[in-house]
Amino acid sequence: MNTLNRRRLIAAAGGLWLLRPAAATPESLAAALRDFSGGAPLRDGRVQLDIAPLVDNGNTVPVGVSVPGVPAEQVQALALFTERNPQSEVLRAQFGPRAGERSLATRMRLATSQQLVAAAKLTDGSCWVQRVDVIVTLSACLE
Amino acid sequence: MARSLITLPERVVRGESFRVRTLLQHPMESGFRVGADGRLLPRDIVRRFRCLYNGELVIEAELSPAIAANPFIEFSVRAVDSGSLLFEWSGDNGFAQREQRPLIVA
Amino acid sequence: MRGWGAALLLVALAVQADERRSGFLDMSPATQAMQRDDSLNPGMLWVLQGEQVWSRPAVAGGPSCAGCHGDAKQAMRGVAARYPAFDAARDRPIDLPQRIAACQQRVQPGAADAEAGLALQAYVAYQSRGLPIAPPDDARLQAPRERGQALWRQRLGQLDLACADCHDALAGRRLGGSPIPQGHPTGYPIYRLEWQNLGTLQRRLRACLTGVRAEPFAAEAPEWVELALYLAWRARGMPLEAPGVRP
Repeated sequence: MNTLNRRRLIAAAGGLWLLRPAAATPESLAAALRDFSGGAPLRDGRVQLDIAPLVDNGNTVPVGVSVPGVPAEQVQALALFTERNPQSEVLRAQFGPRAGERSLATRMRLATSQQLVAAAKLTDGSCWVQRVDVIVTLSACLE
Repeated sequence: MARSLITLPERVVRGESFRVRTLLQHPMESGFRVGADGRLLPRDIVRRFRCLYNGELVIEAELSPAIAANPFIEFSVRAVDSGSLLFEWSGDNGFAQREQRPLIVA
Repeated sequence: MRGWGAALLLVALAVQADERRSGFLDMSPATQAMQRDDSLNPGMLWVLQGEQVWSRPAVAGGPSCAGCHGDAKQAMRGVAARYPAFDAARDRPIDLPQRIAACQQRVQPGAADAEAGLALQAYVAYQSRGLPIAPPDDARLQAPRERGQALWRQRLGQLDLACADCHDALAGRRLGGSPIPQGHPTGYPIYRLEWQNLGTLQRRLRACLTGVRAEPFAAEAPEWVELALYLAWRARGMPLEAPGVRP
């Protein structure tokens, strides 16, 4: 990395919200997942995480979670977690009787390139996850 | 009152799912940023979002500081009867906002 | 023979492709989608706010924008596309934010409501969406525009870079992973993801100056408008996208 880019990264880490006094850890991510799943083992599949693999700016990243192929009434809750943000939690959502497809989309903050975990809790108690790696580039000319 | 932008179809067909998009003007101050004076800017975020359809729950979400400013939430509703959708946001510093939109089901 | 040669040259110049690109084309598909769809574009929150500010008196009993200007859809159509313009009262060019602030001052002398001003900018610029940027053909703008062009080409800051060094010579290449745009002011005011907020061209130019470690011009300095004048001329004919979304 040349001097120019290194300076920009330091400028970014110093003043903006990338500063993280307490970072999420793999343990806190596992704990957050365990809390969501209610102790049920995490199984890969069924839940789908939609996100661009390379994002323009980590401040506002469109992301979607859905459970295609699973009948809507069987999906109780969806959640999203990160590996390296200051906190593991991003969003949790419970569905009620008037919900349509069990899916949601939002925009999140990504502190750095990292792994995201989408999770779905089904009415039979099972918990399904999908993990996706995302790359975040810094925008140039930061204020 | 914070500005909001809610988008849903003008007419929906009974039994079908339709998409609702919500955008709320809110800084979602994460609590991790440092101000110009070097001190931490206190957290000020929307913590909960709820949508009710004729009084019944569609979706209830818990938001964290990881949700971007001007929070965008898109979800799906199953059309049953005509009536109205109620949207509620609440969060730090007593933030509370409600919006209502009519729903026409054919 | 010479006549034919000249005619061919003219034709060749006329059909030469316009190589100017809006920064919209340098964004990821997700960010483009955010701008393209009014139900997704965060800038629309300010357009909605501006719509309300337009019809509301700034001071109780005083006029609203609508009171003097009428329906913005008619009265403001094309306005944003022809700013910066020459202001006879101040005997200098002004940009749209300054024009709106001047109106606000006239109606409510004293502290300017910057938040209302920004919302009005978004609402007024929105009325020119899709229209080509059309700098006025005003002889009084020529000297300021040329000063703006000189600024564009002047090396600035600790990094000793001119705007032209990146945005003319290196546009299309990358700086630290981000594509370098040509820098046309097609989207202003923009919702910038970096700011998580709506902002003006002046704010964006200030960020550029900070980026090259230059001292930004003073808030009311003429340099901002001179640069904006040159940028508008450089982008003439390109459609306005307000409110744009940019990384």
